[in-house]
Amino acid sequence: MKENKEIIEIKNLNKWYGDFHVLKDINLTVKRGEIIVVCGPSGSGKSTLIRCINRLEEFQEGSISVDGIELVDDIKKIKAIREEVAMVFQHFNLFPHLTILDNLTLAPIWVKKMPRKEANAMAMKYLERVNIAEQANKYPNQLSGGQQQRVAIARSLCKNPKIMLFDEPTSALDPEMVAEVLDVMIELAKEDKTMVCVTHEMGFAKKVADRIIFMDAGQIVEENTPENFFKNPESDRLKLFLEQILSH
Amino acid sequence: MAIFQKVETRTAPSSTKGFSYWIKYNLFSTPLNAALTLLGIAILFWIIPPFIKWAYINADFQGSTREDCNSGGACWVFIRMKIDMFMYGFYPSVERWRVNTIYGLFFILMGSFKFLKSPWIKVILMHVYFIAGFILVRGDMFGLEYVPTDKWGGLMLTILVAAVGIVSAFPIGVILALGRQSNLPIIKSVSVTYIEFIRGVPLITILFMSSIILPLFFPEGVTFDKLLRALIGIAMFEAAYIAENIRGGLQSIPKGQYEAADAIGFSYWQKMFLIILPQALKVAIPNLVGVSIALFQDTTLVLIIGLFDLLAMVRLSAADSYWLGYETEGYVFVTFIFWIFCYSMSNFSQKLEKRFNTNLR
Repeated sequence: MKENKEIIEIKNLNKWYGDFHVLKDINLTVKRGEIIVVCGPSGSGKSTLIRCINRLEEFQEGSISVDGIELVDDIKKIKAIREEVAMVFQHFNLFPHLTILDNLTLAPIWVKKMPRKEANAMAMKYLERVNIAEQANKYPNQLSGGQQQRVAIARSLCKNPKIMLFDEPTSALDPEMVAEVLDVMIELAKEDKTMVCVTHEMGFAKKVADRIIFMDAGQIVEENTPENFFKNPESDRLKLFLEQILSH
Repeated sequence: MAIFQKVETRTAPSSTKGFSYWIKYNLFSTPLNAALTLLGIAILFWIIPPFIKWAYINADFQGSTREDCNSGGACWVFIRMKIDMFMYGFYPSVERWRVNTIYGLFFILMGSFKFLKSPWIKVILMHVYFIAGFILVRGDMFGLEYVPTDKWGGLMLTILVAAVGIVSAFPIGVILALGRQSNLPIIKSVSVTYIEFIRGVPLITILFMSSIILPLFFPEGVTFDKLLRALIGIAMFEAAYIAENIRGGLQSIPKGQYEAADAIGFSYWQKMFLIILPQALKVAIPNLVGVSIALFQDTTLVLIIGLFDLLAMVRLSAADSYWLGYETEGYVFVTFIFWIFCYSMSNFSQKLEKRFNTNLR
């Protein structure tokens, strides 16, 4: 039931850190249910871009609207957007002083004012989906990196978000644990959620992405379908990038 | 190339375990270490037996007069005769059950904390305890006789000043610590100025200011209780130190925790109270207990504004012409009482750290 309606609209986005121009004239629209993979060399601004979408970063020029809500300096609007957008971080950022279950139920209970019982039931449902229900009463530091990241994904699902942002979800993981996280993400991709993933997992991109965005030096250099992205890259910069990462 | 067999795990060699191994490698591992060990034992031999002889073997425990102290050791009769003064100051003897009730209630409160889960109920109970304690010790309500604060003294006053000081300084300290981290320049500069000003002034000065200078600003006829003024001064003083310790804790929290809380959609206060402060306070426990211990000892300074805490009562009693010459016993007693309290706090801190440690594998 993919509607052809834009859920994220980024227009002429420019951002500076001091005098450093991190994002240059970014224009990007994401349709409801679409899966976008953003890749590019480090320092190209891809993380910064998706962090602008839920206002973890401020920007100086341009506009972003999420599900019809214009992202401005208004706390209420920022809050409204953050309720619809969930983020999975590179370093998981689970709350170490809370059990896995409490990590998941915190937002539903405090932000959505859900009764604790209902929140617990929902949390268990999502933990089962990421195959980790038996760890519900442990603390984050007792789990492996892969398990923690799956908990983090379950935590963001608990908000029942319309949009999921992934900020290099597998790059802090041991090689053996990447697969378990990617499997969960591939499962998610089959549903109707809009996903924007910053990742270097090219296999994942090939498999699930509707579009792949390639960024370099703060700009979107190329946007392409997964097929053409790898087989017929148009820009020289992307050709070089692919050569570098695929040569091993 | 090559394939290696799986190596079975086995226990460490027995020559590297056990008591004699421990002694050999910890006390006598090198000639210097051995010499230091022997020197340490010698010093202990030099100090401990004479002290035990004075404090216990040759000491006098029985009797009620000066004449009963004739064995040449410590005269604990002095302490026994004056113990009520040390514990309650000038609090009327028929009303002392009220103070004892507060002590008793404290243990009941602590016991109930073991069974109560909800932090909110704990906080409410603690407030009820403090208010009930205040009414009990002051009287003038529910048919209890009024006991003015200048009759309060001894250990009871020491505990009261320390407890009220810490408990009331804590929330102010949290607010100041958050204020110092704030993005709003006015709140930030007010917090920084307050903390740096208070930390630049000795506690004695603040006590003097609160007891002598503060009343000058009140209109004539308005009087403020001396103890209350001292408590306000101490709470203001401690708040600055507590704020700095909490700030240390706040700075140890990774940026990712703030971001995760933001991304979840928490408001500032939800983020702080549910995510950041619980972790920051956990980190700050050792330092916060350190501040509490220091404050417990600093309460002895209230002597200079005319309040008679435990130490002051002991000094006063030792100056009693009848018991002249027994200061040593008095000070040893004070040392012992302070040590019990401070050591308990230190132990409590370690228990807290263990309890809140969620980093265990």
